[in-house]
Amino acid sequence: MTQMPYYASAEQVMRDRSEYARKGISRGRGVAVLTYADGILFIAENPSTTLHKVGEIYDRIGFAAVGRYSEYETLRQAGIRLADVRGYSYNRRDVTGRVLANAYAQTLGAIFTEQMKPYEVEVCVAELGEQPRRDELYRLTFDGSVVDEPDFVVMGAQAEAVSAAIRSGFQARLPLREALALAASALASGAAAATNGKAAGAGTVQALPPQKLEVAVLDRNRTKRTFHRISGAALRDLLGAPDGPEPAPDGPATPGDVGEDSSGSPA
Amino acid sequence: MAERGAGSSGLPPGYLSAAGSSFVDFLGQEAAHLLPARGLPAASGAGLAPHATTIVAASFPGGVVMGGDRRATMGNLIASRDIDKVFAADEYSVVGIAGTAGIAGELVRLFQVELEHYEKIEGTTLSLDGKANRLAAMIRGNLGAAMQGLAVVPLFAGVDVRPDHDPLTDEEAVQTPAASLPGRIFGYDVTGGLYEERGYHAVGSGSLFAKGSLKKTWNQQMGQDEVVHAVVEALYDAADEDSATGGPDMVRGLMPSVFAVTNTGIERLDDAAVTAVASQVIAQRQELTEGTRS
Repeated sequence: MTQMPYYASAEQVMRDRSEYARKGISRGRGVAVLTYADGILFIAENPSTTLHKVGEIYDRIGFAAVGRYSEYETLRQAGIRLADVRGYSYNRRDVTGRVLANAYAQTLGAIFTEQMKPYEVEVCVAELGEQPRRDELYRLTFDGSVVDEPDFVVMGAQAEAVSAAIRSGFQARLPLREALALAASALASGAAAATNGKAAGAGTVQALPPQKLEVAVLDRNRTKRTFHRISGAALRDLLGAPDGPEPAPDGPATPGDVGEDSSGSPA
Repeated sequence: MAERGAGSSGLPPGYLSAAGSSFVDFLGQEAAHLLPARGLPAASGAGLAPHATTIVAASFPGGVVMGGDRRATMGNLIASRDIDKVFAADEYSVVGIAGTAGIAGELVRLFQVELEHYEKIEGTTLSLDGKANRLAAMIRGNLGAAMQGLAVVPLFAGVDVRPDHDPLTDEEAVQTPAASLPGRIFGYDVTGGLYEERGYHAVGSGSLFAKGSLKKTWNQQMGQDEVVHAVVEALYDAADEDSATGGPDMVRGLMPSVFAVTNTGIERLDDAAVTAVASQVIAQRQELTEGTRS
């Protein structure tokens, strides 16, 4: 521990750290985790296809986070290690979301009080139950607080706006397609609010394109490893993406087609 | 219900600072006591524990088949009639282990976690050669126990789906061409030596007879069903000559465990299918015997 150069009250120090962490987290793009009829849906606004915000921890446990990538990635990997060691030394059924949420809470709490800089992250641990009423969602914040949420968790930028948008349309046991549409439009309105600086009506905002979304589910219909990413064609289909065959991410479709034609015709 | 995380189960510092994506290496650093056959007393353990025997694998153009008999022995006694020695390592590879049954079972379990752990940490599957190398390192780690008479020798096989296919995403699954993937087989020695085998291979006490059988029955144009037949027949031949290898047990309905790996994943053949093949093999042998009698 570095010594403080001058006296500051514990209250002041904690308040400063909280403010620092909150600021970092609120810059991150939004993530929503919600229960649906056949499982738990993770959806994140994430243009990267390799730096994930959502991940698999164990057979029935998923992870979602916002904030500083290096920090939540450390937590994700540590969670996988904890789960795999427990599953290996006891049994696969003995790895629970509650154990993991507790471990994260202890760790985040210790880092918050003992280190100069708190982790700028917010984490959701989701465990898929055998029946829908046994689904568990834990939200963990930078100071080690843990909250057990019943239906859905929203984290990151404009969390309140997104949360309100989801709450207005949420019902228990929505089909996947409807749950995804609800969460995607809520995230889009959050993103729009972030850029405009004011909340926009959900009807008027532009939907986020599929390639900017990271989507995964814990699917009750699967056995053993239930975590499953949904991307590409499957995601476009689920979202009912408007314009049929999707153009290349950063350009119109035509140049590619012309290129193929010209390379094809000489041969 | 909001609460401050209670209990004393925070993540140990090593879990946060660990680097790398190997579960075995991680256990070695953080919980070495969990690794199989560590801290053995300095005495011979040969003959102490049940011994598992013959494993056979044979490839075909679209994948690979692995089978193992169900017997474990202790000296002259049969310790188990229904032990399983062949396991799915992950979605696209299969592993069978001959040798000291207890250590073999633990090593397989560890190997399964090793592959899954890598997949989760890295977000992608290991290449088939990568998997084979990880298994070699684990067998090398067991060398101390092997020298005390507790040797295990695995047989590993699978198809290489990387990088065209990531089992976690739908898109890649859709895009994966229907074109079949060739099956590959890897043999080992007790020191962790790794040898890729062409066509077919066998390990365990009955392996000599199984390989002799496959030499005559296997060829590389065979399809999956024919290869399954050749593998079951090889196990039958091994059981015929080696007392430590069990044949198909028609009385109790205990059949060899047979797995097939293709580009669509791994599948354990159900007992009815294996029973049908085993009955065929037995009928063919009966015909041969009657032919020599008349």
